[in-house]
Amino acid sequence: MKLLRKFLDKQEHHFTTGKLKLWFPVFEMIDTILYSTGKVTKTGSHIRDALDLKRMMITVVFALVPTVFMALYNTGLQANLAIAHGAESTAWQAQLVRSLGIGFDPMNIWACMAHGALYFLPIYILTLAVGGIWEVLFAVIRKHDVAEGFLVTSLLIPLILPPQIPYWQAALGVTFGIVIGKEVFGGVGMNILNPALTTRAFLFFAYPAQISGDKVWVAVDSLSQPTALAQYADSLIDFTYTWKDAFFGFIPGSMGETSTLACLIGAFILIVTKIGSWRIMLSTLLGMVGMSLFFNLIGSETNPMFAVTPMWHLVLGGFAFGAVYMATDPVSATLTEKGKWVYGALIGILCVLVRVINPAFPEGMMLSILFMNVFAPIIDKVVINANVKRRLARNVQ
Amino acid sequence: MLEHYLSLFIKSVFIENMALAFFLGMCTFLAVSKRVETAIGLGIAVVVVQAITVPVNNLIYHGILTKGALAWAGLPDVDLTFLGLITYIGVIASMVQILEMALDKFVPKLYNSLGIFLPLITVNCAILGGSLFMVERNYNFPDSVVFGLGSGAGFALAIIALAGIREKMKYSNVPPGLRGLGITFITVGLMAIAFMLFSGIQL
Repeated sequence: MKLLRKFLDKQEHHFTTGKLKLWFPVFEMIDTILYSTGKVTKTGSHIRDALDLKRMMITVVFALVPTVFMALYNTGLQANLAIAHGAESTAWQAQLVRSLGIGFDPMNIWACMAHGALYFLPIYILTLAVGGIWEVLFAVIRKHDVAEGFLVTSLLIPLILPPQIPYWQAALGVTFGIVIGKEVFGGVGMNILNPALTTRAFLFFAYPAQISGDKVWVAVDSLSQPTALAQYADSLIDFTYTWKDAFFGFIPGSMGETSTLACLIGAFILIVTKIGSWRIMLSTLLGMVGMSLFFNLIGSETNPMFAVTPMWHLVLGGFAFGAVYMATDPVSATLTEKGKWVYGALIGILCVLVRVINPAFPEGMMLSILFMNVFAPIIDKVVINANVKRRLARNVQ
Repeated sequence: MLEHYLSLFIKSVFIENMALAFFLGMCTFLAVSKRVETAIGLGIAVVVVQAITVPVNNLIYHGILTKGALAWAGLPDVDLTFLGLITYIGVIASMVQILEMALDKFVPKLYNSLGIFLPLITVNCAILGGSLFMVERNYNFPDSVVFGLGSGAGFALAIIALAGIREKMKYSNVPPGLRGLGITFITVGLMAIAFMLFSGIQL
């Protein structure tokens, strides 16, 4: 380790004064990823804890590990199950698995992991590469540091994409999310919408054929298998999954969002370390439960979605993933404590509302969070103004 | 019956939002959204004007302009719909003037808080758009009252949200070339993506 530190110190003068001055952010990025930052606070500090952006983001990455694990396993599992039922896969991933002699046994965890990794990792690497290029480009030209927030965004993006997304679309989506969703506002901490969700919403509306419908959710080409949520909504299809399947995540869907259990482990990590707001997670859950009970009560003879119980809403689609990792994004969520209750509850309510009564989209979590991101500043403003008014009334005679 | 009006209201607020689904009234939407307080003032003004002019134009359309409306005067074949545009704009302008004078006389506090916005929105295309949608979709009088209220409320909601975002964006470090209107256009585009949440709901 000392050798590395010496090497970095030796190189530093190139970047601070020498020819490569322009590329200082890149040097700084490598330096702070390997070691802790050398910056100290210069103005009056009010530190209770040495929590900085780097530790915060790394904690979120740790909290995402269970979902990544499930993404690898379940993507492979769904593909191998389909192949075991007679589907034919001609994708390069399947050919590679075949030529390596791993096989397509759905009962073998490692075979599933290997097959899933061949779908997940290329998209992840692509996201890192494309997003990284934009981050570095903006950092160099606008002279700010390459922020650690990108580590989280780049991990979230492949988790919320379907396994069969074409690579060029993923690259385009990442570009849109990073540049329009974040960098034009000045980078990390200054954006208004969650960049990962901006990426997905952009792809969803620009190329709906590759990110919605029945053919993209299982990593076997041209196999028609809708997500569990879409199957539930369609009364013509026999619903074959049990609640346990959906809870553990053995259902088709976007790569990382299927497992509620993995999301709950992540939520536990985020809450214990106080990185994610438990208020937002809890109020989102409460909003969802309240709204789905309300729809249960009304009932409908034509729309089976009215009868979906809160237990099922929790495990189907991207609800858990969105509530834990997306809604709690500290930049785009509300900042005030009271505001967080309102914000989360409205996300839960809107999500169920869209799932039940909007025939255009089977899933509403992504757009509900984006919609509430738009209204987060105004919720904060109302809460703050109410506080100001109350204190004035209390203190001014 | 109540259900019909409720769904029409929700439709005009969220699904067919004047600002973020049809992009009408962009000039005021972009120009008067720097501060939340002024945005609220403009929003209320739009709701009030919309809720008055759409029903009035509805009465004029069904009572005078549409084909056969003048049958009582012995002119059953006269079709005056070609006068529609100029009539609606005239009605809007005069209604705003009358409203302004009435507010000045009876509710000076509201008049002062609305201030410049009342005359400003006379030429707002969201207001004229509301009347034209009313004609195109064949609303009857109660429908037009609900639609006027709803479309105004939708515009108000959108402009207040935009003002909240722009106040928060004071702390953003926007590239110099995009500062001001440029970033606002991008923001409005992103907001429109979020508002597509409601597109496709059948009410």
